[in-house]
Amino acid sequence: MSRRWTRKAIVNEATLVLIGIPVFLWTMIPVYHLFLFSISSKDSATSGRLWPKEPTLQNFDFVFHQKHFYLDHFWLQLWNSVLIAGAVGVITLFVATTAAFAISRLKVRGGRTVMNLALFTYFIPAAFLAVPMYKTMGLYGLLNSQWALILAMVTIASPYCIWVLKQASDKLPWELDEAARIDGASPLQLFRLVYLPLMVPSLVAVGTYALLLAWNEYLYAFLLLSNDRSVTLSVALGNFLSADDSPWELLMATGLIYALPPAAIYYAFKRYMVGGLTAGAVKS
Amino acid sequence: MSAVLGTSSAAPASAPGRAFDRWRFWGTMLVVPYLIVFLVFVLYPVGYGLWLARHPASYEKLFEDPIFFRTVVNTVIFIVVAINLKMVFALMLSGFLIQPRWWIKILSVIFILPWAVPSIPTILSVRFMLNPEWGVINTLIFQLSGRDGPNWLNDPTLALSFSMLMHVWKSLPFWTLILVAGRLAIPSEQYEAASVDGATRWQKFRFITWPAMRTLYLTSTILSMIWTLGDFNSVYLLTGGGPADLTHVLATLGIRYLRLDQVDLAMASIVVALPLVLPLVYFMMKRLSR
Repeated sequence: MSRRWTRKAIVNEATLVLIGIPVFLWTMIPVYHLFLFSISSKDSATSGRLWPKEPTLQNFDFVFHQKHFYLDHFWLQLWNSVLIAGAVGVITLFVATTAAFAISRLKVRGGRTVMNLALFTYFIPAAFLAVPMYKTMGLYGLLNSQWALILAMVTIASPYCIWVLKQASDKLPWELDEAARIDGASPLQLFRLVYLPLMVPSLVAVGTYALLLAWNEYLYAFLLLSNDRSVTLSVALGNFLSADDSPWELLMATGLIYALPPAAIYYAFKRYMVGGLTAGAVKS
Repeated sequence: MSAVLGTSSAAPASAPGRAFDRWRFWGTMLVVPYLIVFLVFVLYPVGYGLWLARHPASYEKLFEDPIFFRTVVNTVIFIVVAINLKMVFALMLSGFLIQPRWWIKILSVIFILPWAVPSIPTILSVRFMLNPEWGVINTLIFQLSGRDGPNWLNDPTLALSFSMLMHVWKSLPFWTLILVAGRLAIPSEQYEAASVDGATRWQKFRFITWPAMRTLYLTSTILSMIWTLGDFNSVYLLTGGGPADLTHVLATLGIRYLRLDQVDLAMASIVVALPLVLPLVYFMMKRLSR
């Protein structure tokens, strides 16, 4: 670096470092604490050391072999999380893509109203909708069925997806649609052969968004599902709170396993997420 | 609209009327899936919920519940203090994260972590750090001073403060990223010109950055307020609304009533919040559907 180390430059760099260190600690302490617990034995976990005397993978062995009654259904619950997140991702993509296509490209009559209804849903605080949603799922006879959670999460995820997809579709050139129409393409051919291929980056972004939203969800999962064999891993983690003498080190190990896939997906698709989502989240 | 009509009627199709109908038919068919979702899982539940909350007696009971009053105060504190704290920090950190340094690039990747990981494990991690007997914080306090640390989550003020900090920890990266995008959209020539004119750092912020970011900042703040009203996890998983139901916010109180099988109270507590929520929602919808 050819920067000259004047007095001012040194003060400037020092200030940046003095901001950077607290930011790093603030971000990492809860995460590191989680990690530290998961590799500590029961006795050394609470010793207050920065690194355990004897790091161990024993907790993960306990989790993977379901050797504690909190973890009796670990694999099943992990599978439930995968299944529900996958289903929410796929169904949301279907619902949101068709709606965005109809509103933005087919200019369906009333499309603006549908968009506004979706936006309105997006702005209902999730915990507020949870109460009537729970009662209605009871009326529909879906309580304790995983469909209740899947459909609830599709409801919550799709408005934002429609909005992001509509913003992206509006930017596609009209000439493409006109050319396809003149060539005699049907609406579905236009959708499948022209629209979908051009929308891939946005589809990846909103699909990932819906998937992560469902994987991370706690409130709806614990309201709508109650059977130990049908709940997701997030509910299983919350259940550790039911007793004071819960095995924290096992909770932390399970929590780490639960947190890794979404973090990995987030970082893998960060390129799409940041482009598609942060730009779409708040239009200035 | 005119583009669609124009091409389809101008196209030399043998039956232009039918071709046009086909486009309109599929337009309608393709919004139907979302409309069904909306009617069945939004409109009907909301309508049913409002119907459940129709009796004035529910509101009388609600207002007589001392927990409710405390909850409203907590919610207002949460919204006003936590959101503004978060947004001011996000604004400052966005200025820090756009500095061109290799280590700040790495730090900004780490900085997203709270947003990228699910909230349950990290909230529970903090909850255990704060445990009075075995938590790492009180262990360190004991090792350093030889005295027992406070019972953090047993004090309503401290417990609510930690819930707010938890909320800030979780969502600060998201809003910082939004504001980073806002800052990056400001043409760098403006700053260069200001430097030539000898502007101080504060003057650059005051006369270039802030005017360009003001709308984005305000929109972000309002959106964050709406979402935070629905933040159930930061309070429930950290304090459970305790001690003695003194740290509830509206998001957790509704669920508490629901679990006590007092659905009318749960809905009433939400309806009471609507005068606060709906203007914010209206503002956001006007802004986004422009």
